[in-house]
Formats: sequence, C-alpha cells, structure tokens
Amino acid sequence: MADDGRGIAKIALEDGRVFTGRSFGAPGEVDGEVCFNTSMTGYQEILTDPSYRGQIVTMTYPLIGNYGVTDEDLESAHPHLAGFLVRENSRVSSNFRAEDALLEYLRKWNIVAIEEIDTRALVRHIRERGALRGVLSTVDQDDASLVAKAQSSPGLVGRDLVREVIAGEARSWTEPLSPWARLDDDRSTEPGPESPHVVALDYGMKWNIPRHLVNQGFRVTVMPGTATAAEVLAHDPDGIFLSNGPGDPEPLTYAIETIRELLGQRPVFGICLGHQLLSLACGAKTFKLKFGHRGANQPVQDLATKVVEITSQNHGFAVDEDSLPDELEVTHRNLNDGTIEGVRHRSLPAFSVQYHPEASAGPHDSRYLFDRFRELIQPSLTS
Amino acid sequence: MGSKDSAANRKKLRHPLAQGSPRVPRRQDIHKILIIGSGPIVIGQACEFDYSGTQACKALREEGFEVVLVNSNPATIMTDPGTAHRTYIEPLTWEVIAKLIEAERPDALLPTLGGQTGLNLAMQLQEHGVLEQFGVEMIGARADVIAKAEERDKFKRAMESIGLEVCRGETVNTVEEARQVLDEIGLPCVVRPSFTMGGSGSSIAYNRSEFDQLVRAGLDQSPVTEVLIEESIIGWKEFEMEVMRDADDNVVIICAIENFDPMGVHTGDSITVAPAQTLTDKEYQRMRDASLAVIREIGVETGGSNIQFAINPRDGRMIVIEMNPRVSRSSALASKATGFPIAKIAAKLAVGYRLYELPNDITRETRACFEPTIDYVVTKIPRFAFEKFPEADAVLTTQMKSVGETMAIGRTFKESFQKALRGLEVGSFGFGCDGKDLWGSDEAPTRDEIRAKLAKPNCERVWYLRYALKSGMSIDEIYEQTWIDPWFLDQLSQLVELEEELRAAAPLEQARADLLRRAKRAGFSDRQLATVWQTTEMEVRARRKQLGIIPTFKSVDTCAAEFEAYTPYYYSTYEEEDETPPKGDRKRIIILGGGPNRIGQGIEFDYCCCHAAYAMDELGFESVMVNSNPETVSTDYDTSDLLFFEPLTTEDVLNICDRVEPAGVIVQFGGQTPLNLARGLANAGVPIIGTSVDTIEAAEDREKFQALLSRLGLNQPANGIARTMEQARTQADRVGYPVLVRPSFVLGGRAMEICYDRSQLETFVKEAFIVAQGQPVLIDRFLEDAIEVDVDCICDGASVIVAGVMEHIEEAGVHSGDSACAIPPYSLPGPVVAEIRQAAHALAHALGVVGLMNIQFAVKRENGEIKVYVLEVNPRASRTVPFVAKAVGVPVAKIAAKVMAGCTLAELGLTEDPVPTHVSVKESVFPFIKFVGVDIVLGPEMKSTGEVMGISERFSIAFAKSQLAAGVVLPCDGKIFLSVAARAKDAIADIARRLDALGYQLIATDGTAHRLQAAGIEVEVVRKIQEGHPNLLDYIANEDVRLILNTPSGKGARTDEGRIRAAAVASGVPCITTIQAADACVRAMEALREEELTVQALQDRFPLDHDSGQRQTADV
Repeated sequence: MADDGRGIAKIALEDGRVFTGRSFGAPGEVDGEVCFNTSMTGYQEILTDPSYRGQIVTMTYPLIGNYGVTDEDLESAHPHLAGFLVRENSRVSSNFRAEDALLEYLRKWNIVAIEEIDTRALVRHIRERGALRGVLSTVDQDDASLVAKAQSSPGLVGRDLVREVIAGEARSWTEPLSPWARLDDDRSTEPGPESPHVVALDYGMKWNIPRHLVNQGFRVTVMPGTATAAEVLAHDPDGIFLSNGPGDPEPLTYAIETIRELLGQRPVFGICLGHQLLSLACGAKTFKLKFGHRGANQPVQDLATKVVEITSQNHGFAVDEDSLPDELEVTHRNLNDGTIEGVRHRSLPAFSVQYHPEASAGPHDSRYLFDRFRELIQPSLTS
Repeated sequence: MGSKDSAANRKKLRHPLAQGSPRVPRRQDIHKILIIGSGPIVIGQACEFDYSGTQACKALREEGFEVVLVNSNPATIMTDPGTAHRTYIEPLTWEVIAKLIEAERPDALLPTLGGQTGLNLAMQLQEHGVLEQFGVEMIGARADVIAKAEERDKFKRAMESIGLEVCRGETVNTVEEARQVLDEIGLPCVVRPSFTMGGSGSSIAYNRSEFDQLVRAGLDQSPVTEVLIEESIIGWKEFEMEVMRDADDNVVIICAIENFDPMGVHTGDSITVAPAQTLTDKEYQRMRDASLAVIREIGVETGGSNIQFAINPRDGRMIVIEMNPRVSRSSALASKATGFPIAKIAAKLAVGYRLYELPNDITRETRACFEPTIDYVVTKIPRFAFEKFPEADAVLTTQMKSVGETMAIGRTFKESFQKALRGLEVGSFGFGCDGKDLWGSDEAPTRDEIRAKLAKPNCERVWYLRYALKSGMSIDEIYEQTWIDPWFLDQLSQLVELEEELRAAAPLEQARADLLRRAKRAGFSDRQLATVWQTTEMEVRARRKQLGIIPTFKSVDTCAAEFEAYTPYYYSTYEEEDETPPKGDRKRIIILGGGPNRIGQGIEFDYCCCHAAYAMDELGFESVMVNSNPETVSTDYDTSDLLFFEPLTTEDVLNICDRVEPAGVIVQFGGQTPLNLARGLANAGVPIIGTSVDTIEAAEDREKFQALLSRLGLNQPANGIARTMEQARTQADRVGYPVLVRPSFVLGGRAMEICYDRSQLETFVKEAFIVAQGQPVLIDRFLEDAIEVDVDCICDGASVIVAGVMEHIEEAGVHSGDSACAIPPYSLPGPVVAEIRQAAHALAHALGVVGLMNIQFAVKRENGEIKVYVLEVNPRASRTVPFVAKAVGVPVAKIAAKVMAGCTLAELGLTEDPVPTHVSVKESVFPFIKFVGVDIVLGPEMKSTGEVMGISERFSIAFAKSQLAAGVVLPCDGKIFLSVAARAKDAIADIARRLDALGYQLIATDGTAHRLQAAGIEVEVVRKIQEGHPNLLDYIANEDVRLILNTPSGKGARTDEGRIRAAAVASGVPCITTIQAADACVRAMEALREEELTVQALQDRFPLDHDSGQRQTADV
C-alpha cells in the first residue's frame, strides 16, 4: 500500500468502529469530535475556519484537493481543525490561482489527514449514532488501543475552545472582500475616517466576516472575545458584531456577561456562536445537535418574507426553542429540521443568525444580513 | 451543561410547514393543462423529453388537473393512454395543435417540458393568436420570457444589463451584415442560427469562404432567418448550471456540470462530469450568483433552466454562453445525477407550488427547496453513429452530432469514467486494455496520428488521449493540443500508471489482493484485468470473489447521506458498506435495459422495459431496473422498485444478480444489449425468464432455422453462411445475385448491403466481417420489388396472439427501421395476410416462444402468384412494439412481460388477435440535416433516429399525417421534380399523371422527361448538373421546387443524384427516394384535396381505456 512512502492511517471511533486508509497529511495522532461537511467546494475555507477547533472533519464529496490552495481563500492564518478525512486527495492542483498543493499545505501546518476510507459509511454511521469522539492516527495501528484513546478524548461539551483560537490584541481590520467573492468590483462604500465604527468580537472569526463589514463601509476593530463590555465601549463603536467560533457556547460565561452588558447600548449582530451567545445572554438555552449542520446547502426560511436562502452552516449546538425568552423572536428557521436559524430582540437593536451570511465556503444568498446590520446602525439608510 | 437529547428535542420542533399555512399552493383557477411533447427522436432531442413530459403528466395528475398531451412519437411512455387524460398522437405543427386546443379548450399550456420543439410550438401558437383566441395561459415561462432567452440580441442586452459578460458578437439577417460583424470580431468565429435545437447549424468558421457558406446555411436553417456571429472562445472551460426558480423568487442550483471537452464541442457531444471538479468555492459561487441573476433577469417565473458558462482557464474570466428557459437534456442528466426530479418539480411549480412547499421525495423529511449535494462522481459520455454515415465530417463542433449517451456513477472520477466507457457499449471495457485497444496492436497509431486526433475534437479522441499517454506525451503537451483541463488528464494518467503496475504484477494468481482491489476501485473491469493478465473474465471474477473483492452498492440520495434515503436508486463501487435492502417477501425480477441510444436501438426498447417494470409491479414482484442511459423513463426512480444505474455488461449485471438474488431476469426487452449478455448470464446460473436462451440462439442459427422452416412448410429466400471470403463467393453464386450481405448478431442493419455482382460482394463482405467481430456473415438471396411485412406477436408457450401485421411502404431492401409501415396492411390481399398470421402462429409454437416475437416476411409476386417468404425471426421485443400497442390499443409489451412471468394469455383475457379499428402509419425520421452533404438514399443499413405515427380512418390521410409529423411538408402546388432510375420508369408515368391532374408543374431531366412526354404528360426539362446552369441545384437553391422524387440508380454523395438529394435536405425540400413512397405521397396529396386533417384523442379511439389508464383486456 505504501508505494510512495505514505503509510497506513486509521480513524477509530469511540463506539469501536475503525476505518483504515492512507495518510496524506502530516504524520501523528490527533483526537477530536468526528463530524462531516457536505459542501462540494471550499475545502480550504473549511480547513481554515476556526470553528472546527477540536474536530476531525470528514468531507462527504470524495475528491478533494483538485484545485490546490491559495492565500486568497484563507479564512484564518492556518488550519484549526484536528484532523481531515477524505475519500481521495488529488495529486495535482488545477487552477490558475493555485499556489500550493493541498497535501503540502496540510504537511506544512502539521495536520493529520487520511484518504481512501469509505467516507460515506462513516457519515452514515455518524448520522445514525450522532457525533462521536475519535482518534486519527498514522502511528498507532492497533484498533483496540485507538478506540480506547477515542473514548478518553474530552469531546466538545463544556469546553472553552474559543481561547485556543483567538488573538490577544485588539486590531483594526481593513481588508475588503476578494474580487473573487463577488460578481462586480464595485465598492461604492469604501470606509473612511468618518465611517461608522464596528467592533467585532472575535471568538474564532472567519476573515470573510470583517471583509464583509469593510465592504459595508464600516471601520472595523477586531477585539478578542474575552474583552469586557467596558473595553468594547472604550472604542466607541457604532455597532457590535459577535463572531462565529468553535465548540459549546455555554461555558463561555465571560462572553455571555459582556454581551448582556452591551445589549441595548449599541446595535448588535451575531453569527453562529455569536448567535448562540446572544441568545444565552437573553436567557435562552442551547443544546447539542445529534450531528450538527455542516455544509453549503442548508435551506433557511426568513419567516417574515417566506424567502428561502441556501446557507452555509457549521454548528453542532443550537438554540433551544422551548427556552427562548419572550424578548427574542424567531426570524429564521431551518427547512430541513425546523431548528432556529435566526432571532431578533423585540425591543433592543440586536439580531443574530445561526448560519453564515459571510459564506466562504458557500452561497451568497444571505448577504442582505450585513445590509440589515448597517441599516440598524444607520437607520437613515433604510429610506 | 444544558445539552439535551436531540431526538427528544426534535419532537418539539415546530416545523414551518406543520403550522398549517393558510395558503393553498395549487392554483384553483386552472383545471385543464396542455403539454406538448418533443416529437420524434432526433439528434439533440431524445428520450429525455419523454422522461420530462411523463414526469410532468404524472405530477399534474397527482394534483388533480386534467392533462391533455400531444406528441407525434408513439414510442413514448407519455403517449400511453394512462399517462395523460387526453392523448393526441398527432403531427406537431401549430395548426394541428390549434385544432386540438379548439376541441379541448385547456386553461393553460405548459411549454417548458417538450424540448425546443415544444417551446417553439408554444411560441408559434402565441404568435398566431391561438392562445389568446381560446384563452390559454402559458404557465412556467411566458412568451416574452422565452423570447428574451432565445433571441440572441435580447439575451445579450439582458446579460449586459446585469453586468455579465457575453461573447462579443451580433445577430444578422443577411450575409452582408454578417461580413461587417466579422470585420469587428475576426476569425475564427462561431456562426449560430437562432431558434434551432441541439445547436443545430452552429459551427466555427476558420476562413472567409467557410464563413460565407456557414452564414448562408445558418440563415436558411433558422426559422426566423437569423444567425449570430460570435467571437470564438475555443479552449475555454465549459460549465453548465441547472437552476430552478419558484414564483416567490426562491432559486436553487440543482447541479453544476463540468465539461471534460472544452468550449468548441457542443455540450451534447462532450464528455461531461458532475459536480464541477476544478472550481474553487469562490469561482463556483460567482457562477452561482451569475446563474441566479440570469434566471431572474430573463424572468423564467417557475421551473428549471440550464445556463452555460465559459471560463478562461488562464484568468478566470467568465462568459455566459446561453440559457435554455426550459428543462433540457442536461436537466435530465442533472436529475439522474443527483436524484432531484427537475421536471416533476418544474410542473408543480408551474401550477402554484413554492419550492419549500414540496417534499424531497428521496429523503421525505426534507423539502425540495435545497441544493443537492452528491458524494460520488458522475460521468456522461456521448455515443456517436458516424459508422452509419461514412461521408459525414466526424469532427466535433458546436453542432450536436451524437445520437445517445451513457452515464456512470462512481466514488472517484477514475471509476465513473471507466464505468461510463464500458457503458458506452462500443466494445471497450474501460480506458483501454481490452479487445478494442489499438495500443500494443499492429494498428497502434504513430505520434503524428495521435497529435492529429488530439488537435481536432472527434468521437475517438478519448482513446487517443490514452495512446498519447502510452506514447509518453506529457500532460502539458496533451493540454496544448486539446485544452482538456490538466486535472482530467492527470486522472487519465493515473489509470495508465495503474495499468502498468497491473501488467507488472502478472499473472492473476500472483496479483496481490490490495492491488486487485485498487484496480477495481479505479474502475477496471474484469475484462480489462483478464486482458492485462491474459486470462478470462470469469477467472478474474472467481479470483476476486475468492479474495472477497466484491462491489458495494451505494444510494443516490441528493444529500450525501446527511438524511436517510427512501428511494432505492443505487450504483456500484468498491467500498466497505453496502446499502441495498435485504430481500423481502416479494420475489425480484430484474429487467435489463438498452443502454445508450444508438441508431437501431433507442426509445422503443426503453418503452418496453418500462412496461416490463409496470407489469412486474402489477404481478406483485419487486421490479429491478438496470440501465445506463440517463435520458430514459426507465431510469426514473419511480419506474421500478429498485434502480441500478450501471453499465450493461456481464460483470456489472452478475454483480447485481449476486446482490439482488432475482427470481428471474428479463433480457427480451432492452434490444440487442441484454440479448448479447443472455448466454453469459445463463451460463453463470442466472435465471432468464421467458423464451429460453437456447431458443433465442436457435432463431439466429441459420441451419436450425432452415430446418424448422422446411418442417413447417414455410418459404425462405435462398441463403448461406460465410466465414471466409471464398465461402462468401461460393454462397453468393449458389443463391444467385442480387444478394443481401449482413453480419449476424448485429442490430440496426449495421454493414448490411445489397450486392448486384461479385465486385460489390467482395467490398461489402470485407466490411461485414469487420463488423461481425468473429461471427459469420449471412448471405441471402435478395428479393427485388417485394413487399416487406413485419409481425409482432406474443406467445405464452401454448397460445399465440398476433398483435400487429405491418405492411411496409418501401420495398424489401430498405431496413425495416427506416421504412414507413401501416397497420393494417393497405395493399395486401386478405388471404395473404391470413397466410402471414398462420405462419406467425406456427413459428411461435415451433420455437417455444414465451414472450414477444417479431417476424419479417417478404411478399413477392412471382409468375402471377403471390408468394410469402420468411426473412427473419427475432424472439424478443422489436422496435415496432410501442407503435403496434398504440395502433391496436393493447399494451403488448406489458402483456408479454406478464406472460414471461408465468401468466397465460387466456388469464390475461387475450384470446383473439386484436382487430385495428383505424389505420396507423409509422414514418421514420432521419438525422441527415446534421450530416451536411451525406446522401440520403435508404438501404438495408438503418439510418433513422426516430419515428412518428399518423392515425386516421383512411390510409391516405394517416400517411399524410405521418409525413407532416416527420417534417415532410407535402406541397399543395408548385413544381415537383421527377428523376427515376431506369427500372422505375414505368411506375413513374402513373404517378406523374396523377400529379399533373392535381395541378402541379412537373420538371425532369432528359431521360425521365422524354419518357413522360412520350406518355403524353406535360413536363419541363431542366439541365443536369454537369450541363451547366440553371440546373436542378439552382432550382433547389431558389426554392423553386417544392418536392423531389428521385429514385436512385447509384448512390453516394459524389454522384449527381447524391448531390441533388443532399441539397434537398440542406434546403428543406422533401425528397422521396422510392416509388412506393411516391405513390403513397400522391395518395396523400389527393386525399388532402378531399378532406381536412382532423384530430382525435386515443381515449376516444379506445374508449375503454379512459378511466383506469389501463388497457381493456390486459389487467390481471
């Protein structure tokens, strides 16, 4: 099997199921929660999405690596996921923008990856059993030993993964959307010194979010999600953005506290983990989904307009509808399973969505939410 | 920390649709909807529109609408009387449809499901005020929307208004205007006529004279005399997006398709792959944004559209090529590739549903408003028929030339590509390493030959890519010749590398299990491995099973396993987990389909396979369909209980049998494809039901068959078998010239020729040996001037029903698939028909047929006596089965399938031959318009792609309808050109006299003219081509002649008469090439003076069908 020096690798699940394939990333052994993403494109964006911290990601589309990697498509400085599972890695990168091959990129960032496993069987297994802890190894070939390791993997519930992925310092963000992220090049609203100011609280934020904020004409300051309300308000923002991020929202009491204090002081918009934190700050509860929503084809309906957006999603936890306080109104719902996809505060300028309007990877149907945020900050714009 | 069991949580979820929406989705203001089908199968419009039309009919019925359907093609499931409420098998012209609109008064017309034909007819009905007059609303897409998408100028302006780039270029209406545009954009450029289907007439001009020629032809072909002159983007990457929109402006992408062949080759002729392979998410989303913008700007209100894009591989520049505001060939492919039923959903959206109000049939729990995601790779490969048209230019261009396609699914591109290549059924079992592989043989091409074949796209290019790799050409070099994306080329290179590893590992016994497994995972067939290791397919199979290397079957579920799938639609791959359901209480019957369409084997057989599935379902079996043709109804997920989208090879079918454990396998219905597998399957212990394989083979065995006929006292033309040229000469001398030469075990009359002398014999026998591939060549005495008769019958082993006796219009010698024919016989005396019926009964009994049988007879007047000869017996479904079913009102195929499963005809209520109550004429439709310059003379080799049916009380009117339906416009006045071969000169006088009496002006060249003048008929003499101008070609070019009657004395595109016939095709002048057809045409023209065409629904012809949709006597 190891005809080119790439050896056997195994992925073992906590319930005893083991898949054997070939290593195509860095050698080593990692553990984490095994999940799957159904997007057929965008593996590089997925690799660099900090929300995957602590997870071993399976791509359901079998051919990965076809178009290589490029710095233009990064969602953070480096991959954050624990491990990467695919059916077949491409040995060539065919795209005029490609700068490197996926395999080289994974090795460079020390990501353990496996190919040639029956990824569909693995996905069906997760669908049936729910998210499972697993160990991905190129060093240990003993199934029993790997399964035991999987069973002692900490999992995601109750862990604060945010602190593992965020930078400590506040910094200003000026990079706009890549020309590849939109059809036209028009940026009529380039931010200047007088432009409204948004503080983005970073819990593991994908870079396409501040890029969108810049394209909305905001001056953007990115602050670590550990910042206090006072620290945020010291920047005198016109609006506050709550980012996506990894793992379970409930242990992030510092963030919930900050948001609670900020609510009502400035317009707030949250995405994904930010949405869960906003809901928690308003008194709702969250729960862990059986196997989560991860992909670029999740249909979400705007309950007011009935319009359906095809959305990019990546979350394992969701807001529990039964716990929803009266102040929060459900604005969006998932058409597949009916879960809450968006809420709005009935009296304060705050709203959030569970999915990713910044896309990357994924469709652009939900970009209007950034407009909505701008309209909330500058009500005059609505007319 | 507050986590809950999600199952508990799920119960409490408030689904938006569970909340009892006050909206009633279905429109209440319309009740009756007209659907227009796409007519005969032609290049560019095949079974896919039967698939989409049938789905639409079913969907609308389900919603309680009354559905009116019109289509001229009897070989469709949609024209089965149970599919729509009111079914009209009538010519597809706006005048005819206006008549049925007047009779039926539908509230709405759904124009987007009948291909370009349906769309164009809807536009014509609109333009002629018919829709307005009868208050018919166009639903799905309005006329202005269609015009905006279809008219190049409007489309271009629309695209520019939303900031999308289109090809630079302009539409013109004259050659002069075209030259001005050319000065702006330069050569090479594309010339594309407006409003034609399949990109018909669209070509690339490399020089000015070619340019002028193409513009003229294009203006002629366009129904609006308009062509587009466009910059060439040859070599760019080509993509297609399948888009759906509902009335709330929800838009979703169903599938992205990437073309393996870059721009310059029509997408119907390209190898295509789903999903897109070489786009980053950023580029894909841009294309998605553009697709959404396009469908919104064009304004398709509801339904599916197909949008084509070109991407410059060097900088990503994106250009919109075109948009089809309707379901298309690609939507059928996208439906089969993803499991998402585009046509069905489009029909529901057209009557008011929103995407989110419709369930996803496959997952049940989720909605149709989503974007399918797939976890496999789909490859489609077109199938060509250039061997039928040796004079045609085999270079692939922007005009479609392929006649069919096969699709394969695998977990990797390599697997799906190799599966598709063997599914193509051209004698290859993957990417080389098989009997057909030239590499390593004496005929291996040189580097120069390879380069030449790479540089110009052609139907063999895929094999030359292999030879290029084998010869050591680098991927860069190949890319520079072909512009095929390096990612695809690397995949092919991996196959070649693996092949070399396999060769090094010989022999089979020593090959390691992991290597064998890798080979299977890369799609290598047992046949390829057997070739590589010089053993047999069965040895490889045995070894691999011994090693536990067996395929797993996985589902096509629209969602990459995120949700449970309920629709049992499978493909094979070599993985760990199998998803097929265990066998339940019901026994399983496998029906083997016909694979890709080709000339000689197409929709008729798919029709039969569908009926077999319906029959098995009615009898309580679990029906299992196996087919590889994405265009078909048979591969719709709700036609059978289990669907296996797999190549039809012994290996693939045996694998399915291993898994499914069928109680029986039906090989009679899918044409030659399953029959060719029958022996191998039977030898492997597979239970073939119906007529035994021995019987099938006995009917093909000349000697046994001869003995049988003489035992039954039936006549046969003198005949012989030849395995060598010497034997052929001896046999031909013995039976006497003219002789008919043909290879055995080949369908569609491939390489079949009539030879009048020894030199012709030698030429044709040589070719027949090549086609026969080791099988002998048959040599029959050819019966000149005989009438051919086709009979379809059903036998249950004891009793026989002759379902239909068809008298051919053209004489014996014209392939039965190309000949027009009538039910009941229109000229044969009653006793002759009775003799034919008796012979059919006797043959069915004697052979022990269980199921369908087709017999071909020839009736010849010899010495004042009429003699009946048996030409051929085929104990299987024939091409004419659907036509017969519609002519006599009996579901012949379904009954036959039930008989094969053990029912008797008596149990099925069929004790007497059905008696037709009206005359039905089948006419064939030819692809000559796509093969410019090819001679159109008919012969023993089949060339037609499709058929139409005309029904009336009288033969002459039924024939007239069949001609109109086939696009042969019989003129009411004007000039008719007559030119006949010497032996037809007597017959022509009568025809000419009748034409003269009808008031036509007759013109003829010397010989024929003198003959007619001698008979006292007035005729104008025109020059032969070599006699200078003005000659007939000028008359044709000036549209001065309305009909050509030309029976051949020689053939070929280089002869004068060949040029005349080719010119007639190019200018759309009907050209009749046999005296018999001419006689029938004159009868039709006479009858049309006496009465107007009327239309009648099948349900009125066979009133008993109406309610249940089932045929009267056939229910068990």
